[in-house]
Parts: sequence; structure tokens; C-alpha cells
Amino acid sequence: MNRENHRGFKFDWVIIVLFLLLVSFGWLNIMSASHVGEIENYFDMSQLYGKQLVFLGLTFVLIVLILSVEAKFYERFASIIYIVAMLALVGLFIFGKDVNGARSWYGIGSMTIQPSEFAKFATALAVAKYMSDLQTDMNTLKDQLRAVAIIVLPAILILLQNDAGSTLVYVSFFFVFYREGLQQIYLAIALSIIILAVLSLKFGIVITASIAALVIFGIYFFRRKKRASIIQSVVVLLICISFSTGVKLFYEHVLKPHQQNRISLWLRLEKDPVKLERMKKEEAYNLIQSEKAISSGGFSGKGFLEGTRTTGKFVPEQETDYIFSTVGEEWGFLGSTFVVLLFVALIVRILILAESQKSQFSRVYGYGVASILFIHFTINTGMVMGLIPTVGIPLPFFSYGGSGLWGFTILLFIFVKLDSNKINEW
Amino acid sequence: MRKLLLLFMVIIVGLLFIGRLFYLQVYNKEAYSLYEDNAIRKEYNYPKRGYVYDRNGKLLVANQPSYDVMVIPREVEPLDTLEFCSLLKITKEDFKRIYEKAYNYSPRLPSVFVPQLSKKDYAVLQEKMRKFDGFYIQKRSLRDYQTTIGANVLGDIGEVNNRNIENDPYYKMGDLIGKQGVEISYENVLRGVKGIKFIQKDRFNKNIGPYKEGKFDTLPQPGKDITITIDSELQQYGELLMTNKRGGIVAIDPSNGEILALISAPSYNPNILVGRGRSKNFTKLFRDSIAKPLFDRGLQAQYPPGSPFKVINALIALQEGVVDTNDKFTCRMGYYYGSRKLTGCHHHKSPVAMNDGIAQSCNAYFVNIYRRIIDNYDDAGDAMNKWATHAKSFGLGDFLGYDLQVGRPGRIPDGDYYDRAYGDNRWGSTYIVSNAIGQGEVEATPIQLANMAAAIGNRGYYYTPHIIKAIEGDTIPSKYTTPNYTTIDKRHFEPVVQGMFDVYNEGTAKTLRVPGIDICGKTGTAENFMKIDSVKTQLTDHSIFVAFAPKDDPKIAIAVFVENGYWGSRFAGRMASLMIEKYIKGEITRTDMEDWILTHSLENEYAKPYSGEPFKINGETTLQVVEKVQAPKSIDYDNSISTNSNQPNQ
Repeated sequence: MNRENHRGFKFDWVIIVLFLLLVSFGWLNIMSASHVGEIENYFDMSQLYGKQLVFLGLTFVLIVLILSVEAKFYERFASIIYIVAMLALVGLFIFGKDVNGARSWYGIGSMTIQPSEFAKFATALAVAKYMSDLQTDMNTLKDQLRAVAIIVLPAILILLQNDAGSTLVYVSFFFVFYREGLQQIYLAIALSIIILAVLSLKFGIVITASIAALVIFGIYFFRRKKRASIIQSVVVLLICISFSTGVKLFYEHVLKPHQQNRISLWLRLEKDPVKLERMKKEEAYNLIQSEKAISSGGFSGKGFLEGTRTTGKFVPEQETDYIFSTVGEEWGFLGSTFVVLLFVALIVRILILAESQKSQFSRVYGYGVASILFIHFTINTGMVMGLIPTVGIPLPFFSYGGSGLWGFTILLFIFVKLDSNKINEW
Repeated sequence: MRKLLLLFMVIIVGLLFIGRLFYLQVYNKEAYSLYEDNAIRKEYNYPKRGYVYDRNGKLLVANQPSYDVMVIPREVEPLDTLEFCSLLKITKEDFKRIYEKAYNYSPRLPSVFVPQLSKKDYAVLQEKMRKFDGFYIQKRSLRDYQTTIGANVLGDIGEVNNRNIENDPYYKMGDLIGKQGVEISYENVLRGVKGIKFIQKDRFNKNIGPYKEGKFDTLPQPGKDITITIDSELQQYGELLMTNKRGGIVAIDPSNGEILALISAPSYNPNILVGRGRSKNFTKLFRDSIAKPLFDRGLQAQYPPGSPFKVINALIALQEGVVDTNDKFTCRMGYYYGSRKLTGCHHHKSPVAMNDGIAQSCNAYFVNIYRRIIDNYDDAGDAMNKWATHAKSFGLGDFLGYDLQVGRPGRIPDGDYYDRAYGDNRWGSTYIVSNAIGQGEVEATPIQLANMAAAIGNRGYYYTPHIIKAIEGDTIPSKYTTPNYTTIDKRHFEPVVQGMFDVYNEGTAKTLRVPGIDICGKTGTAENFMKIDSVKTQLTDHSIFVAFAPKDDPKIAIAVFVENGYWGSRFAGRMASLMIEKYIKGEITRTDMEDWILTHSLENEYAKPYSGEPFKINGETTLQVVEKVQAPKSIDYDNSISTNSNQPNQ
């Protein structure tokens, strides 16, 4: 430990500064979005911003704890942490508490804890642990399936609790797998799946099938070398068609009406103006209010605590999932761009550091952190400004809520600790 | 490659989001205004509208409170309908009907439930209002006219229309604005400035308290009272004289341009445009295309002025030096150019010089001097331009610039006008001799003629006529206190004034003399036509009279115009003399003249073109005699169902 004395502070400053900027700016916006009446006392525990301030205080305790634990601890105990987190998720079915139809919380007195927020870093640790195992080879199907199983388990548990948004987060591990050697073909398949799904919903099965046929036979005729057999092409086409049909059926029969409506609004499927109007009123209320609040902010915003739509609580759930609309209204284009840049900078910084890691465990974990933050940021911000269908997931470090804040802080600072330790990993 | 996928995606998403934010917040965004923010409720506090007084301090227009019961259907809780209905004096069926109508309009926005409660009903209801959720009483301020005269001057107020709102963002839907008369001319003075309260709403449209503790709220500033130049006694007398006639009277104080009386007949009771009946009654007035009660004949009736215009030609001839006051011209019952009679004349002594020319209104005399004016220049166009400049310096041929909103410019033709009509250099003085006697292309409105009389009475200058005498805590515009000089030298006025004086002494108005007042006047008779079933038909001449008095130091200048009244001294001359006597003496000694006016009606004359039968005009007709009129009759829909209550029994 002598080494650190002459190297000074060994933790990555950039990440810490970005983190501090995000949580403090986030707290100001929570205060704006949640305050009722005059703000007299920042520690007013009857107000959400007062509670959040306490959560923030505890967060710093948490950071000190995380940073003072030996870095090797996380690698060694990754599996145990994962198992504990999974047990916590399973326990919800017995001890959980229903809030808004989702069974995602443990109630302890007046406090609630949402274990799915902690399952993220646990899964990231588990994935890193598994991938960095010398015996794991991501080119074999068996190991691929095992890796997928690690992320599918929490995803299914969370889906069963009726929290579809949080399930989506686990898709982010695809980026990690890809970085660690998943074949190119999977990227092509993932892209095809997204394109096929959107095409089938937007244009119907027949047009989608025709496009797929054109592309597949096009490839067949133009690839003279290594040409796939015609039978293979036909099989691929058949798979495409059945997938397309499956998507359509899934949309029409499995999805709940409100989920259908969200997708329908996003892809502009509904043409009947009367129905569209009703759908907008029922489903897109939050979205419309949030877009209005953001655009009313203009270039420089209305000023801190001056947002009329924020003060009037026009945007429901503004302090949680829709917190970015407060930034938009009160801080305008300048403030929202600043927040977007903060997130981009944070994720890019994590990626750069991850690439520079000497141990594979640290690198995979860093990638996991970056991917999770990226998915959260993209889906939440995209939704609030109307680019993505409504999915309820929080904005990291910004949205109100203790579990979320702690979950992301642990996620991030384990990486900060791992990074600070890279010099010792020879 | 594998290392870069996520990095690229992060950067692409970042750029995409910044682009979207730019679109939402900068590109697609209008400037933020608290007034347009629908998260903020704006509550307006309306100030008292300014009162209107006449020149003698008599209150003409005040305000009266009016109470509307309003409803917001969504906030209505189950209530004791029976009690509520009996308080409002409506039936339960009414209640259901009105409620449903309001609900269909909007469940969230207030609608008027019962308009304009009486003060007594209001007092009773106010006590119990708290029992009825969703209902409240809104106080409005209506105009309260203390008089039944002067509707055309006093005007009225009504709800703003979309154009008002677009032109001036001060106005919001449902605000009241001046619609006619001084209400529109002095709208900004009378209305005051409304106060505003900003209230923060939540998404359920509920008030959650004052926005920023009322930092931006303002208090209403009360409207200012105004005093107008109208003498309400004189105005009332004029309206009395005009009963059963159509036309206009304009009386001006030459010493300062104040409009003493502005009468347009037929008129209506200004109170019919207040409150519940306003839109119904206004529609009736507006649709009356025969009597045209909304047409202000004092300001808008543009006709050839006839003989009163001759005095202008006399003044121009003197100024141009083409005639001497002693130059005599022969009149052979008209003016002959070669053997062609260009204009006729009536019987009088001949030859005449200027004094008799004016007093006897000799057409031949004025054609002669007019031709001298024109022929004095090598080019008739130059001559006409010069002539038009002189005539226009009397306020003729263009809008006078008075402070009422309606009017007509009149017409004084110049050289270009005839160049356009006949071609350059293809016309001469003989083409346009009608201008000599105020016919032909010359046209003027009664207020222009009254102003012309004032300019002559002042011997060469006039003040722009105006209706405003004083504004509370303010001064009137300087354009009403600075004189406008004519292009005629002062010395040329005396012989013309003398001629107008002799109109009363020995001329066309000698029967109209008022003892003790030296009146200068000029009669006028104007031919007019109307299209009946697309045939141009001549109607009985308009009777016109222009005068000022006393001769030296005039206190009143007046123009009277009576539609189809035949010759000038018959109706218009009598009325002018009576008005002058009323104003100067305060009482009438020529009661014979007054009785004649009050017992003679022109209603038969006005009915003729609409009878569908051929009819006689001018001298071939006999005048309709009616019972003596006691008080001014005006259209008063509130008191009678019939729309033509001003029509006498025929």
C-alpha cells in the first residue's frame, strides 16, 4: 500500500467528477419536480427531495465501503453475490409488496427496497466472472448458452414480477458478449430480428416476406464464392416468414392492450383519427405532457424552480422516470444537452478504461457497466423526448429512488475500485 | 471493430438526442410567454369604464353592474334543484336544458347559466350560493345611458371579435370594446387597464396557488372619464326637430372646432344596445336598409352640396382677382353659352353683383365667375388644380380628421380628375360649370359644410372639428387646438359674409329671420336619384342649409341636411335658424317656425320609392301634416315589438 502514497489518489477522477455532477444536478431536478409549496428545509423528510438527500448521504457511505474493500473480493465473491441477488428476487414472490401492479419491492417499515436494482451489478459481476474463466470459450455453443443463462435467469424473474421495463436492461449484455468474441453472425441475426419485427408490424407479413425474399436471393445470386445452397436460402426465408408471423401474432394476442397501443403510437400504425385521438389521451398522456414540458423550455430554459409545467405537476411520475422533462423545461436546450453530454462522457470514459484493463474480469465488468448505463440512458431519455415507445425504466443517478441510486452507485464504484487496482495485476 | 461497436452507438445516440432536443426546444419553439402558458391560469380584474359627460357637465353614460350565474358542469355536486330553480326563477326543465347545453359546450369551462340577474335576485342568491358547488356569480359591468339621445355619438360597447384580438393582444375572448361613437374613438382612455392575476394550475386544472406569490400580478387601472363637446340640450332639440325626417345636423363652435350637436335621423335609443337584447336589436338596426339608423347622416351622407358651395367660388374668384365685388352679370333665367343653356336659374332681379348673386343664389352669376377662374389660366388643368387647392383649404374633399370613426372624404375634383375623364386638354371651363353651383362632381358631407361655414365665419381659418372636450387627467390632442388657415386672404371674406347675411335680410331665407340674432346663411337644394327596379328615378330634392351666427364673432356654425325636403329654406333653413336660436338664446321665439317643423312629416315622401307605384316629386307633391311632435322619437325596440315604430300612421 506504500505505492499509493507517492502515486497520490489512485481512483479515476473523471468518473468521480462526472458521477458527482450527475447526482447533484439530478437532486436539484428532483427537488424542482417534487416540491410542494415553499422549500424551507432541504432535509424536510416529508418531501421527496429531503428523502433523496438522505439517500445521497448514505450513498457516500456506500462508496467509501466499496472502495475500501479489497478489489479481489468482487471477483472471488461474484458468484455468491449473484446467488444472493437471485434469491432476493425469488423471495419477492413470497414476501414482496405490490406497487402499481408490479411485485418488485420489499417493504421494511415505511422503507421499500427494490432488489431488481441490485440484481444488475450482481449479474454484471457474474457475467464477468464466467467470461474471464479460462475454461470459457465464447465460440462454443455450450458456453454461449451458459452465459446467456446467467442473464436470462434474472430477466425472467423480473418479468414475472410484471416489470417489463427492467427486463429489457439484460439485453445490454449482448454488447458484452459481442466484445468478448461472440460470432459476427449473432450481430447480423440481432439486427435482422429488429428489422424484421419492425417491418412486420409496420407493413404486414406479405411485404416483409417479399423484402426478405429479395434480400436472401439477392445474396444468393451475388455471392459466387461460398454460395449457400438454394435449400439453405429457402429455409432462412421460411424462418423469416414464420418469425414475422410470430411477431404479428405476439403483438396481437400476447401483448396487453396498453403495450399494443404504445407500439402502435410509436410506429404510427393507427390511421383512424378518432381511435388515434383516444389512444393518445389514454396511452400517450405522459409522453405528450413530457414533450410539451421539454419544448416549452426553449433554448435556455425557464430557470431553476421556475418551470410552470413542473410546478403544476403536469407530467406524471416526473421525479422518477420522467425526470429528464424537468431538465428540459427548467434548463432548456443548454441544460439538457449538458446532461446528454455528461452521460455520453461517463459511458465513453468507462469504455476507454475497460479497454485498458489488464484483467479480463475487470474489462468484462467495465463493459457490463457501460452497457447497462447505455441502455438505461437511451431508453429513458429516448422515451421522455418521444423517440422510443414508453418503457418504464429510471434514468441512472437522476431519477428519484434509493434502490436505484444505490444500485447504480455500487455498479459504478465497483468498477472504479477494479480500475484503481489494475496496477497491481501483473 | 469489436471494441468500437458500443463506443460508436453511444456517440450516435448522444448526437441523435441532441438533435431531437434542438428540434423540440430551439427549432420548433415559439418564444415563451407567461400569457400563453396553459399551466398558468390568468384571471382578469376589469376596471370601471370611464364615464361620459356633456359640455355642461351632465352625465350621459355611466355603468351598471350586472350579475351572471355561471356554471362549471364538472364541478357541480348533487344539489337541491327545487330551491335553486326557485331562487333563479326558472323551471326544472329549464335547469336541465341549460345544464345540458353547458355540459355539451364544455364540462370544464365556465358557461353562463342565467344571464343578468336583477339586483334583488342577486342579493338573495348571493347568500345561498355556497350551497351550490360548481355555480358562481360573475359580476360584469354594462353601460348605463342616462339619456335616450345621441346614440350615434355615444356609441356602444360589445364583445371583442377575432380581429380585435389579433390587432391588439390586450384583448381576450369575452372582453368588451367600444363598437361605435366615442366608445370606439376613446376606447383606450375609457377602458382603463385590466388587472391580471397569474395562478398556477396542476394537471387536473385545479388552482394550486398564486404563481410566484403574485410577483407578476397587476392591479386594474380605472378608465378615465371624458367630457364631450356635445350640448345635450341642443342635441335633444335637434333630434326633436328631425323627428319624422331623415337627415343630419352638425353644429360646430367656430371659435374652437367643438361639435355642439351631431344629429342623425332616424336614431335609436342607446339603451337598446345594452345587455341581453344587444345582439338582437343590433341585428335589427343593421338590417334596416331603408331607414338606415346606423348610418350617421351628419358624417357619412356625401352629396353634391348645391348652392352653399357657391360662396367658396365667390371667395376663390376674389382671391384669384378675376372679379370685383361690383362686377355685374346678367341672368336670363339661366346661363347661356352661345345659344345653349348650360344651367337654369330661378326668377330674380338682374343683372346682379356679388352681394345679390349670393343672396339670390343666382346660378348665372356663379357660372360666370367660375369660368373666369378657370379661363384665367392658359391650361384648364392648372386652373382646376389651383381652384381645388383653394377649395380643399376649407376642409373639403378629404377626411376632416375629426375624432369619430365614421365618415366620407367628399370630393373636390382637380385637373387630373377631368384629364382622366375627358382626356388631356380635351375639356374646358364650359364642360364643368356644374361645379360653379355645387353640383356635378363636387360632393361634401354635412360636417364638412358646417366646418366650411365655421371657416367663413372665422374669416379664413378653422379648428379641426372634434367631439372630445376634456379627458380626466390628460389634455386633448394638439391637432384640435391649432387653427388651419385657408388660402383666401382675410379681406375677401367681408363681402361674402355680407352676401350670406343678406340671404337672411332679403334673399332666399328672409322668412327665417330670428329677431336679435344676425345670422349668415346659404340655402341649398340638391337633386338626387335612386335606382328603382333598375330605372334611374329622380326623387324630391334634398333640402340643405348652411349658416353661422352671430355675423361678427360667430358662436355657432351649422349645416342641416334633410333628405327629400325639397328647397333649402323649406326644412333645412327653418331647422338651422331654430337650432341657432336655441343655442344662442336658450329659448325659441320663432314658435311659428318650430310648430311648422314639428307638424310636418316627410315619412310619406320616404315611403314613395317603396310603394311600387309611380309617384310625383318636388312641386307636384303636397306635404304631409301630422300631429305636433312632443318629444324626439327614436327607435326603441324594448318598448315596442314593431321594427318601424318611428313610422307615423299613414
